[in-house]
Amino acid sequence: MKVAVVGAGPAGVRAVEALLAHDIRPVWIDEAMDGGGRIYQRPPAGLRRDAKTLYGFEAPRATALHAALDAAKPRADWRPETLVWNIRPGQRQLSTLSAGRQGVVEYDAAILCTGAMDRVVPVKGWTLPGVTTMGGAQIALKSQGCGIGQRVAFLGSGPLLWLVAYQYAKAGAEVVAVLDTTRFATKLAAAPGMLRGPATFAKGLYYIGWLRAHGIRIAEGVTPLAIEGAGSVSGLSWRDAKGGVHRVECDAVGLGWGLKPEAQLADLAGIPFVFDAAQHNWVPRRDAAGRTPVTGIYLAGDGSGIGGAEVAEVAGARAALALLQDAGRRVETAALDRKLASLGRFRVALEKAFPFPSHLAAGLPDDALFCRCEGLTVGELRATTTGPAIPAPELNRAKAISRAGMGRCQGRVCGAAAAEILAAQLGCSVAEVGRLRGQAPVKPIPLTATP
Amino acid sequence: MTETRCDVLIVGGGGAGCSAALHLALRGSRVVLLERGLVGGQASGVNYGGVRQQGRNPAELPIARKSREIWGRMKQLAGTEAEFTVTGHLKLARDDAEEANLIAYLDVAKQHGLPLRMIGRNALHGEYPWLGPKVLAGSFAPEDGSANPRLMTPALARAARDAGATLHERTEVMDYAHDGADFRLRTAAGDVFVAPVLLNLAGFWGGRVAEAFGEAVPIVPLSPNMLVTEPMGYFIEPNLGVVGGNVYLRQIPRGNVIIGGGHGESDPGQPGQTPWSRPIPEVTMEAAALAIALVPALEGVQVIRSWSGIDGQMPDRIPVIGPSSTTPGLFHAFGFSGHGFQLGPAIGAIMSELVLDGRTDIPLEPFRITRFGAAGQA
Repeated sequence: MKVAVVGAGPAGVRAVEALLAHDIRPVWIDEAMDGGGRIYQRPPAGLRRDAKTLYGFEAPRATALHAALDAAKPRADWRPETLVWNIRPGQRQLSTLSAGRQGVVEYDAAILCTGAMDRVVPVKGWTLPGVTTMGGAQIALKSQGCGIGQRVAFLGSGPLLWLVAYQYAKAGAEVVAVLDTTRFATKLAAAPGMLRGPATFAKGLYYIGWLRAHGIRIAEGVTPLAIEGAGSVSGLSWRDAKGGVHRVECDAVGLGWGLKPEAQLADLAGIPFVFDAAQHNWVPRRDAAGRTPVTGIYLAGDGSGIGGAEVAEVAGARAALALLQDAGRRVETAALDRKLASLGRFRVALEKAFPFPSHLAAGLPDDALFCRCEGLTVGELRATTTGPAIPAPELNRAKAISRAGMGRCQGRVCGAAAAEILAAQLGCSVAEVGRLRGQAPVKPIPLTATP
Repeated sequence: MTETRCDVLIVGGGGAGCSAALHLALRGSRVVLLERGLVGGQASGVNYGGVRQQGRNPAELPIARKSREIWGRMKQLAGTEAEFTVTGHLKLARDDAEEANLIAYLDVAKQHGLPLRMIGRNALHGEYPWLGPKVLAGSFAPEDGSANPRLMTPALARAARDAGATLHERTEVMDYAHDGADFRLRTAAGDVFVAPVLLNLAGFWGGRVAEAFGEAVPIVPLSPNMLVTEPMGYFIEPNLGVVGGNVYLRQIPRGNVIIGGGHGESDPGQPGQTPWSRPIPEVTMEAAALAIALVPALEGVQVIRSWSGIDGQMPDRIPVIGPSSTTPGLFHAFGFSGHGFQLGPAIGAIMSELVLDGRTDIPLEPFRITRFGAAGQA
């Protein structure tokens, strides 16, 4: 049986480990040089920092995952630095690109563990040099040992906001402000649910407490006004919950509002998507074990709906077992199923604590830039509802008319905000305006004379 | 569930359907257009965007000429020219046989008043220094160009609506009937539409409409394999094609290069199902290699998106256009075999003439639905 696993983050590593334990040697593909995924990304060779410095509280998990990764690599058909840019579910083929060469991987079953990326809401000035996504800011620190600036402000919401601010402060950057767009009361209301995941909750409290104790400026329930600067970032202004306007000087801004699934391959595989209201993301349809409506395709990890690294590890193993079950093997799944159910309940509380700030995207001024690739303003997207074409009732026609999401990122960056802006303009829900359809290639690939 | 009566029912919201709705509404007809998905969602929206007369089948040239005239006043007609730009179309030959083909077509063009200019090898590489060494000759059609298919049909739809036509998107017709005087169409939602005239402008699915009235034709799905690159400096002004058509490309002033060639895969679905279509990776890479042979500077440029859609193709590669042979009041125009984007505006005008005047100046004999013989055999 030919099995392919795409991705070598927490989900991919545990999926491959489970397959190997049942004597299946998968083709294992990852876009990065090494494995570990974005969360447990290792520094390049030659840069030595210990796990505790790199991963903090997560060091034991990171170390364990790296051990599993290193043990699995030589036993699997390991193919790093390889992009899967298309999937043909009918033919059961993956199209790959590695070192400039095209390739095809045939599979009978595939587990897609494609991970997540930062979810951003445009802010006036967000395209200035010096602005980085929260996850990008973290990877710069963790993988390269450098920061995005010396005087850094962090803006957004979600657990990563506090963690990255803490990591930057610990690493010696001057953190000039941590600005959370979620009100304190919203988080407090969700606290009882978060106690279901006590370790995670305690860690969150620890970071906030540490930042406060070190006198770092913190504001909650803020409305971002603008990232300012001529040529590069020089400041950030916001309005507080009471209407007061504030500004800090800084040379870099990290921003992000949680994560969104990198689900393009699942989309190209023909898996139907559903709008998950709790996480406010479109997610590919799958059951708790990772089975999808498309025969032979399994999903695990954040690429199938944001659950975090701990969930991803369990889900990766579980998807592998689902694949084995469907192949007629007898496997024990009860313990994994219980664990997934328990972790799932905590996740719901976390989403309630850090809801996606739809109002910020919907309330952007007409002259704010929201699509970087095509240089489109919010006003240009709103205009798709008034002509000269028949009004855009959904996102793909708005894309056709305005070019929103037609650039290099193919809507991966701007798509979530575009949906909010359009829904607000049409007076309907964000689920009703739909989502940008996935189209190959998953990421840009070069035209070549000799494929 | 409602029952709606009108003068003319149109099935299919592609470029031809929306143009027909517009032309009929402008002349005072009460028109209702029914579209299964969104207007311009299939062949009219996903095609390459060529507004090309050069190389058309001689039978199509009168329609292409009429359509080109409409393209020239699209801004007044539809409120936008949908990025229609007269860049000229340069058709290239890569060997002697292809060059002979270009020369032979000069006579056809002359008969139809289509200006063409043959360009020999030296002049060609002098005028277009970015062409690859394998290109031997070219034929330039100065009146041709390109437009943005994603804009054109929604704009025609908007203009039709403004002129008084009623458009229903996401409205699939599940049942077709004719009671001797009127057509009665029932939608998936159970609504009924009644009119004495029915226009079948349903692309590939037009074959099914024809079949519902006892006129099966040998139509097959045609799915173009399309891709677009990241923006690069603007240098390819003319719309480029080749003899045989295995690759075609154009650059928009924004910088992106749109490349087509070969065919993707698709399933038009059964009634009630959502059709799907997708490019094929190997076809995409083959088109890329052919494009690089024409324009070597394209090597290494990044592809950012690929797509396909569903058109209908007839065995003789020209559409079915004209009155039904079985049912009075039914008119067909479908199976455009990849030529519908340029022809669409004129098809709408021709349909309005057939319905309201009972005649058109355009010779439609080559497009008759009965040409395939009994039982849909070509």
